[in-house]
Amino acid sequence: MVVKMKDISKAFGPVKVLEGVEFELEPGEIHALMGENGAGKSTLMKILCGVYQADYGTIEISGRPVEIRNTKDAERHGIAIIHQELNLIPQLSVIDNLFLGREKHKGGVLDSRKMRELALEYLAHLGVKNIDPDMEAGKLSIGQQQMVEIAKALSLNAQVLIMDEPTAALTDREIEVLFGLMRDLKSRGVGIVYVSHRMEEIFEICDRISVLRDGQFVGQRVIKDTGFDEIVKLMVGREIGDRFPKRSVAIGKPRLKVGNLDDGHAISDINFEVHAGEVLGVAGLMGSGRSEIVRALFGASRRKSGDVWLDGEAIHINDPIAAIDHGIGFVTEDRKTQGLVLGMSVRENITLTHLAKLARGGVVNGGNESGEVAGLIARLKIRTRDAELDVKSLSGGNQQKVVFAKWLGIAPKVLFLDEPTRGVDVGGKAEIYQIINELAASGVAIVMVSSELPEVLSMSDRILVMHQGRQAGIFDAKTATQETIMHAATGGQ
Amino acid sequence: MSPQTKATLQKLGPLIALVIMSVVLAAMSPDFLTVGNLLNVLRQVSINALIAFGMTFVILLAGIDLSVGSVLALSAALMAGLMGGGMNPVAATMVGLIAGAAMGLLNGLIVTKGKVAPFIATLGTMTLYRGWTMVYTNGSPMTGFNSDFIYMLGSGYVFGIVPIPVVITLVVFGALWFVLKKTVFGRHVYAVGGNPEASKLSGVKVDRVQLWVYSLSGLMAALAGAILTSRLNSAQPTAGAGYELDAIAAVVIGGTSLAGGRGWIVGTLIGAVLLGVLNNGLNLLGVSSFYQQVIKGIIILLAVLIDRAGKK
Repeated sequence: MVVKMKDISKAFGPVKVLEGVEFELEPGEIHALMGENGAGKSTLMKILCGVYQADYGTIEISGRPVEIRNTKDAERHGIAIIHQELNLIPQLSVIDNLFLGREKHKGGVLDSRKMRELALEYLAHLGVKNIDPDMEAGKLSIGQQQMVEIAKALSLNAQVLIMDEPTAALTDREIEVLFGLMRDLKSRGVGIVYVSHRMEEIFEICDRISVLRDGQFVGQRVIKDTGFDEIVKLMVGREIGDRFPKRSVAIGKPRLKVGNLDDGHAISDINFEVHAGEVLGVAGLMGSGRSEIVRALFGASRRKSGDVWLDGEAIHINDPIAAIDHGIGFVTEDRKTQGLVLGMSVRENITLTHLAKLARGGVVNGGNESGEVAGLIARLKIRTRDAELDVKSLSGGNQQKVVFAKWLGIAPKVLFLDEPTRGVDVGGKAEIYQIINELAASGVAIVMVSSELPEVLSMSDRILVMHQGRQAGIFDAKTATQETIMHAATGGQ
Repeated sequence: MSPQTKATLQKLGPLIALVIMSVVLAAMSPDFLTVGNLLNVLRQVSINALIAFGMTFVILLAGIDLSVGSVLALSAALMAGLMGGGMNPVAATMVGLIAGAAMGLLNGLIVTKGKVAPFIATLGTMTLYRGWTMVYTNGSPMTGFNSDFIYMLGSGYVFGIVPIPVVITLVVFGALWFVLKKTVFGRHVYAVGGNPEASKLSGVKVDRVQLWVYSLSGLMAALAGAILTSRLNSAQPTAGAGYELDAIAAVVIGGTSLAGGRGWIVGTLIGAVLLGVLNNGLNLLGVSSFYQQVIKGIIILLAVLIDRAGKK
């Protein structure tokens, strides 16, 4: 069935989120929907699946106008969504989740046998073999949970499937499985809307792409007739220059040296050093122990053994306080749960790491604090109307810059970055790379963990590759390729 | 209306409610708007207000302290017992305050080191401290202090007109307002309440902040206990029962979020005064104490519902 959304407008209070947006989806196509954070992608999809109602505009299915007032209506029309945050209830079994809200029953008594039969049928239909239908959903891997969500959508006989950043938390292998599944669904005539920030994936799996910018529809392209530069230009409305800005920094003396690092469960026998002005990338598959290296070094998780030297002196770090005292900062993987206090202002977040330095006798000097915050906001070009706004009102990229600002406040010697551009749109990414380059130029030693290979290859001087908790090797970024990194990351010699 | 004005109005909601309530009461009862009556209300409010100040810190941490009523009773009994044994009243009061802080510290240790949810931890110590009070007092009131200091604490006046408990409450309020608003510690209270994980990774001593806050809550309960003992001229083993709920009500009416990280102590003061004025006004109007409870319940629910509606 063909879905057409025509002239869709939507406002929340005085804020116009969508204005006259057009979107169409044909059966058997995978259609990418792209745009920077805040462009209106999620709102548009929520209108299609009945979470919101459009203020203006029509939705047509197979040429007939329809009204979608709630998610039940959407289900009836065969439209299902798989949200970015998975919606399974972790304590319930796979079967219970699949039938949640529409349990099979006989006079109010659950018909377990029937549900089990159907569940097995749905999972088999997807070609998923390794999921035990009686397992608690919370004990499945993220990838498996996603498969359960897809099975649930298909059990509703969905002809249109909306996927909102489905690969954000998947391992590379799980992504391959997911893509295989998507191709299979496509061949059965299901139309898929694919929302993602990952350009490489769009070019691999999608047929067409529609781009939104600031709530407006800016264009539609056939994937095989377009390219990276054109799409970025549509998204941000301007050329962003180099996707990965170049850096020319003279690499200095060794700053951080690590020997025989072992955290007792996820990683062992890690040895490396990082020099002043250098970016050491850390690559590897999900679960290979990438993040655990920096977490253990920062004192965020326990460490069994390991020697650490900073500027030639042996140091002992057992908690984040000690790390910060030594001038080590840590931009964490998940800014919402680990990086920011969302209910606090931009100012309060920036100074949280070093408030005592801005105080005398425990009393904060308001003038010093505001002055420093204003300086950091200007230096990192953080776009906020006011430093007193809650940090959660900022876009993803600007929130991430606030996290950088709070670590610049300690005047770091060493900075650990864990997925520094996750959830940041393409324009924001370039700005964050620029910040990383400036930090390196000022003599900071940087360790950057990332699951995005192009990012690791372009931003690093050297790359440490992890495989199953051990280091598979350290490569020179100038000569390394995606293939050499993946080869090492998957255990090839 | 800009979001800022809306937020300010929202914050001042309890104050507006207090003003409206006072105007209505003044119109209905000639006795309400007299200096004597108002100072009397404030003196009655002081005990709940002091406990609620400590509770504000605890709730800002997304915690709760159910043990405050029992801490009040045990520390008051201890003060009375020491004085009965001949200890200097000032020294005995100091020991009582320190004991209150120590009981709070134990709450904090159970929460941080034992990793027990604050509700459960303080539910346990509430019963424990109350039991201890019963054991210590053998279940009967302790009376008979002939001390000017103790008399003054609860029943004395400054300049012959302002009750001493009111002065104590205002001084403590000013100090705690300053701590929350201007100090590193105050900022850390908000941060830990808003996101303990991010705070820890930013170098905030999360456990230590919590220990201080629970100790403060115990100290405030003990201070309220000293004033109550003086007012009644006796330490009752059942003193303070149910006070935790009045304190929580004052905090919540004042707009502090039970989810932590958001709130202010000015609101708590307004909340406590509002509850006191309501109590006093209904008494003056001769409303039965049964209906008073019904009305108090409605006011608490209204305050929270208005707060919810404003956050949408």
